[in-house]
Amino acid sequence: MKFRGKIVDGACLNHFTRISNMIAKLAKTCTLRISPDKLNFILCDKLANGGVSMWCELEQENFFSEFQMEGFSAENNEIYLELTSENLSRALKTAQNARALKIKLTNKHFPCLTVSVELFSMSSSTRIATHDIPIKVIPRKLWKDLQEPMVPDPDVSIYLPVLKTMKSVVEKMKNISSHLVVEANRDGELNLKIETELVCVTTHFKDLGNPPLASESTSQDRNPEHMAEVHIDIRKLLQFLAGQQVNPTKALCNIVTNKMVHFHLLHEDVSLQYFIPALS
Amino acid sequence: MKCLVTGSNVKVLGKAVHSLSRIGDELYLEPLEDGLSLRTVNSSRSAYACFLFAPLFFQQYQATTPGQDLLRCKILMKSFLSVFRSLVMLEKTVEKCCISLNGQSSRLVVQLHCKFGVRKTHNLSFQDCESLQAVFDPALCPHVLRAPARVLGEAVLPFPPALAEVTLGIGRGCRVILRSYHEEDADSTVRAMVTEVCLGEEDFQQLQAQEGAAITFCLKEFRGLLSFAESANLNLCIHFDAPGRPAIFTVKDSLLDGHFVLATLSETDSYSQDLGSLERHRPVPQLQAHSTPHPDDFANDDIDSYMIAMETTIGNEGSRALPSISLSPGPQPPQSPGSPSEEEDEAEPSTVPGTPPPKKFRSLFFGSILAPVGSPQGPSPVLAEDSEGEG
Repeated sequence: MKFRGKIVDGACLNHFTRISNMIAKLAKTCTLRISPDKLNFILCDKLANGGVSMWCELEQENFFSEFQMEGFSAENNEIYLELTSENLSRALKTAQNARALKIKLTNKHFPCLTVSVELFSMSSSTRIATHDIPIKVIPRKLWKDLQEPMVPDPDVSIYLPVLKTMKSVVEKMKNISSHLVVEANRDGELNLKIETELVCVTTHFKDLGNPPLASESTSQDRNPEHMAEVHIDIRKLLQFLAGQQVNPTKALCNIVTNKMVHFHLLHEDVSLQYFIPALS
Repeated sequence: MKCLVTGSNVKVLGKAVHSLSRIGDELYLEPLEDGLSLRTVNSSRSAYACFLFAPLFFQQYQATTPGQDLLRCKILMKSFLSVFRSLVMLEKTVEKCCISLNGQSSRLVVQLHCKFGVRKTHNLSFQDCESLQAVFDPALCPHVLRAPARVLGEAVLPFPPALAEVTLGIGRGCRVILRSYHEEDADSTVRAMVTEVCLGEEDFQQLQAQEGAAITFCLKEFRGLLSFAESANLNLCIHFDAPGRPAIFTVKDSLLDGHFVLATLSETDSYSQDLGSLERHRPVPQLQAHSTPHPDDFANDDIDSYMIAMETTIGNEGSRALPSISLSPGPQPPQSPGSPSEEEDEAEPSTVPGTPPPKKFRSLFFGSILAPVGSPQGPSPVLAEDSEGEG
């Protein structure tokens, strides 16, 4: 298996760094899937993750000026690697004002993803910082667990309010209860609710707008004001929101009543999907 | 003793104290004829730091008041640091700093004269002590590197702030390489990320070192001096020798002198390794060529396994002339891992498969010495006992 890529454009480099920072906040350990056209950061819904899953996808040609990969085999031309997300974001942090960044799969006594950063320096010589990120190659037979999650037909699909606002609201609510109710309707209304013996706090967001529903089969006749709700662990939502340092280009959430909430964000050209299951 | 620091030098003094606080918990203050010396040593005696401020650094400098004995005192670092805690405050509001000894109350008095007539007086209790001396002589080190602190500061930026140790070495083509050093734990399943920074010869004002020469030292302690040198815009000089010998980091300008002496990890002597040592070899990555435009390699591939050897530092003529005089009989008190006889037992731990070698920086020097009255100040001979079995 081989992989090597090079990023020379400063804006692409910064964007890639921001994405890796976001991933580092969302998942301590994640899977990086390399395929000829895309890179994916994947977190699958294991118990260890609390049932949360993540699927982040980017088109490699939007970032890399050079990209070569040779997967597991010709039929399965993909590479699945497990790594500690923070290592990647830390390695990329050094590339803030770099001339070029090279990333490749190496084996230096143990399999690594080597990130090599060519820095500008005051003198004429190039200064190079290299980071060897230890990785674990994921065997072929486990690939089936790491596929793009199926999104069940949502009961309600709604655009999200400004994430920063949402985050500050949820942060305060966390101190009161760890059980949060997310509900939304097709009239552009989203509510975040917590309830304890002593107090009940609801934050109402209005006029958010609803994206057109993909499937027409869901009950069209249902009252648009009817709320679809799901009960989730507030900390999981907070972790998701904490990862969004930059306001996304597009953000929507799909609610499947009593099953899960699915967030779908677009950061310029990078798509992020985050699934939080309902509390049982 | 009385000295007066004014203007921007107050902040310089404060920064030096911050630097020293990264090393030890006690500050040894000693006014000498050639300036005020501030020294410290860490608890495992594997790091020593000293700043000497020349009399010209001060607006007023009086090492001894007539009739008073020469002061040599030890203060809690925490207490002294608290006076200079906020560098921003020092810069903005402090106009003068006066350090003096109050004989009656036996207190070291640090008085900050601030703007608007505010005067802050700190009375610090101190302990009389012996002079803290370390044995080292930069001139004896075969390898020297000198670069602006800023260059080195930029070079260590890619390393995680929590990183404990770093290896500095000379690669092919006179490139200077800094690499993160991790003690590989045989049991740990999570490997640490390895970071390496490569600097060209042109970044250095002086580069006198053999290819393949490399040392591993504590980055955290080094950062203390580095941040001081960066803020004072000074050049930093690194003098080093073979692995295991202390590395000396110096900064200097007309008004001050700073020395940080750090122990370095040593290697096992190849001839003391027997068959058993093969099992001790952990798969530490060889410092190999990267597929960068300039493949780098540490010619010295012995940086595989480490074993700390008892370190004798014979620093200067004085101590060499008095090899038989020893301060304390038997094993030196500050030695953490015990007796000199462990040298002979080197082979033993090596036969235990998979046991990581004990990682200890042994003492660079042996306690403090009693400077006899009237003895010359400065690098006075330290009475160091030869360790047994030293190769």
